[in-house]
Amino acid sequence: MSSDDALIEIVDVTKAFGAGERRFLALGGVNATIRKGEFFTLLGPSGCGKTTLLRLIAGFELPSSGEIRLDGQEIGHLPPFRRPVNTVFQNYALFPHMTVAQNIAFGLEMLGKPKAEIAATVERMLTLVKMTELAGRRTDQLSGGQQQRVALARALAPQPKLLLLDEPLSALDLKLRKEMQVELKRIQHETGITFIFVTHDQEEALTMSDRIAVMSRGQILQIGTPREIYAHPTNRFVADFIGETNFLRAAVKGGRAVLGPGVELPLAAGTADGEVTLAIRPEHIRLVPEGAAGALSATVGDATYFGTDSHVHLTLADGTGIVARQQTDPEGTQGPQAGAVLGVTFPPSAVQVLED
Amino acid sequence: MQETEATREAAQVRRNWLLSLPALCLLAAGAIGPLFIMLVYSFLTPGKYGNVEWIFSLDAWRGILFTRDIFDDTLKLADAHLTIFWRSVRLSFMTTVFTFVVGFPTAWFIATRAPRWRAFWLFLITIPFWTNLLIRTFAINQIIRNEGFLNTALIKIGVISEPLNLLYTDLAVFVGMTYVYLPLMVLPLYAAIERFDHRLLEAGYDLYASRLAVLRRIIFPTVKPGIIAGSILVFIPSLGAYVTPRILGGGRNMMIGNFIDLQFGQGRNWPLGASLSVLLLVVVTAALLIYVRFANRDGGHG
Amino acid sequence: MASRTFVAARLPGFSTIAIAVFIALYLPIAMLMIYSFNAGDSIAIWDGFSFQWYERAWENDKVKEVTIRSLIIAASAASISTVAATMAALATTRKKPFRGQTGIYVAINQPLMVPEIVTAVALLIFFASVKVATGYQGLGYLILAHSAFCVPFAYLPIRARLEGMNLTLETAAADLYATPWRTFRYVTLPILAPGIVAGMMLAFVTSLDDVVITLFVKSAGQDTLPTYLLAQIRRQVTGEVNAISTVLLALTVILLTTFFLLTRKRS
Repeated sequence: MSSDDALIEIVDVTKAFGAGERRFLALGGVNATIRKGEFFTLLGPSGCGKTTLLRLIAGFELPSSGEIRLDGQEIGHLPPFRRPVNTVFQNYALFPHMTVAQNIAFGLEMLGKPKAEIAATVERMLTLVKMTELAGRRTDQLSGGQQQRVALARALAPQPKLLLLDEPLSALDLKLRKEMQVELKRIQHETGITFIFVTHDQEEALTMSDRIAVMSRGQILQIGTPREIYAHPTNRFVADFIGETNFLRAAVKGGRAVLGPGVELPLAAGTADGEVTLAIRPEHIRLVPEGAAGALSATVGDATYFGTDSHVHLTLADGTGIVARQQTDPEGTQGPQAGAVLGVTFPPSAVQVLED
Repeated sequence: MQETEATREAAQVRRNWLLSLPALCLLAAGAIGPLFIMLVYSFLTPGKYGNVEWIFSLDAWRGILFTRDIFDDTLKLADAHLTIFWRSVRLSFMTTVFTFVVGFPTAWFIATRAPRWRAFWLFLITIPFWTNLLIRTFAINQIIRNEGFLNTALIKIGVISEPLNLLYTDLAVFVGMTYVYLPLMVLPLYAAIERFDHRLLEAGYDLYASRLAVLRRIIFPTVKPGIIAGSILVFIPSLGAYVTPRILGGGRNMMIGNFIDLQFGQGRNWPLGASLSVLLLVVVTAALLIYVRFANRDGGHG
Repeated sequence: MASRTFVAARLPGFSTIAIAVFIALYLPIAMLMIYSFNAGDSIAIWDGFSFQWYERAWENDKVKEVTIRSLIIAASAASISTVAATMAALATTRKKPFRGQTGIYVAINQPLMVPEIVTAVALLIFFASVKVATGYQGLGYLILAHSAFCVPFAYLPIRARLEGMNLTLETAAADLYATPWRTFRYVTLPILAPGIVAGMMLAFVTSLDDVVITLFVKSAGQDTLPTYLLAQIRRQVTGEVNAISTVLLALTVILLTTFFLLTRKRS
């Protein structure tokens, strides 16, 4: 990762709330570099520290230790109004006593921009978010989706180096959310501004991001592109939080994982002997006739039909429960019956060794 | 500008105190501080023409209950004082009970109106609450005085031939206080009844309760915090009433408030006035503390 | 046999009592107002409609004098107490609780808990010494006393408004480059304004209506409208008092209606 295209560098940042017995460590030593022009997502369950990290970058909280650098300059201790960073708030936080246009102009006015420039920028922003007709409306007369657009325009108007979005889509219904996801990508593309997006929705993260940081309990567990995160999760939490995963215990012997009698998988070089946890996605499990070469024997529990595919619950000989996803075939053939005994195989490339 | 959490928080607390300072100064000079000076005055000796002499004395405190006999200088119970205290407590208590008896149905009535009418009825109760107490008392005075509307009407229809002497009686004070303090009872009762879950009534009737049983066993216990709040809100100003007994009770049917006033006028006994005020303050504060304890306890298992 | 739907919330006699209460509440005030337009000087016999009492009150120099004094005191006290209450409300609302905050809250609400006569007597004692010591006899004492007891009345609606305000709005302003002062000036204050106006109106009404504290604090010749009325009521009552009371009542009702419209929750 070259540092000359780095916009934000987060170095060993910790954040604790309260003191003494009530002390709570919201962030415990976080490191990350966010590149210029990137759509970067902080993904994790509620309470994982993703919003805290966002608020530290915005300046609403001060870090307990560590540094936040913007373009190489330490900004961690600047008040929010001195940082070229703007935020789209979860509930938009539009000023109720101002019109749409006044809301958008606010940041520019505070920066002391000339009137003509403000008017032009507001006009441009209204066009960008497709709200030109509603410029004179009061914000409490807008729908959720419209408020969302105004909040976005307001935060973009001062042309920040970095836009922070705190679960901006969580208050919208599903259809509107899908629409706004597309819109956000378009706007980011048009403006070229770096976005840091906070969400707990893994699907949203996968579809929108250039890179994702998965967070849990105040730590960043893995940073990578959506493909990397999904295909090569490095630990159990990431594998489990993103998509569905089966976990298998296996003994490692001479660089091969031994899953059962005669079922061995090659592992990446350098894997030490011992016990490991393997992760495998349901769609990568193949169902074969019992006794096929290299197949583990499994008993079918029940199958749930989902239209495009079925989820088949299986129990392995050692009692481990796994789920396999089977595409519905064009003939609409009935899937495996409960109680049947089958063989399961895993393509070696689909198996991930987890760090635990 | 290097800021840390600690400096930011300290600056915040300092700013909060600075912001509160004007209000605190106003209250210290114009309300709270003088109370302490009053406490000091209650231990001084009355001056000949009002005010005080700076000589320590417990006479003012003794004087609340006892008078010194002018002939043999012995202490005896001050009957006149006891009469005034008794009247104050009795009238305040009667006012509290009666405002509850008529206030509860009123609050119930408002709370059971359709939501869009509720605000209207509530507003009707709130207007008297905020309008001038003096004018409202004066309105009662005009109705019941000898040449007033009530007597004139009664004479005209021949029920009486001589006007009834209603003004300047305990009854007049009671009627007046009930009239002026009624909204103070209705408003907290309404607040409690509005939160009341009306399905509880149906449950009560379903379990064979009569209307009276529902009232006693279901409604009153559930709205008890409102009843206590209303009672305190009526009892406290009644006990310290000054304007109403002055306009409707006249000089002879004094309550504590008027008796205190007297010490600063014709009585020329500022220390006694001060000790009586301190006493009234202590009683009222005690009542409030009891209320706070009740309110917290009832709030606990809501 | 006639049957009536059983309504659980209906309690026998309650509506009757309630209606009687409303009539009893308004009848005396209504009579007072009606007889302010009486052509005769009785308070019980109607002699026809006239504005004579209003005219007399208008021409009465004493009434003019005390009215102006009342308005000066109420305007000053309302302004002073509203500024102080707004600042205090900003300090004691929505923030992380700090040591002493409860104390400030109790102090602000103290005038609501202490009987007026007690405060009045305490102020009489205090100001008597100050008057001797400084020789100053002016309206300052009344304005100070009124400002103090008006603080909680101004404070309550402002605090309520602040508590209903979304804290993120201020964060958003800071995010959009507004310094703390500009955040207050352009975001907090405009949103708070209806609460401040409401608080000021309550303070104004409270000051305008005060009798007891004024009675004990005022120096000779400093009657306000209420203390003047009190003195008049003890003498032979004329319709002039009714006329003045009616105007005062009307003023209060107008201010209160505005107050309710201002503080009404927006749908």
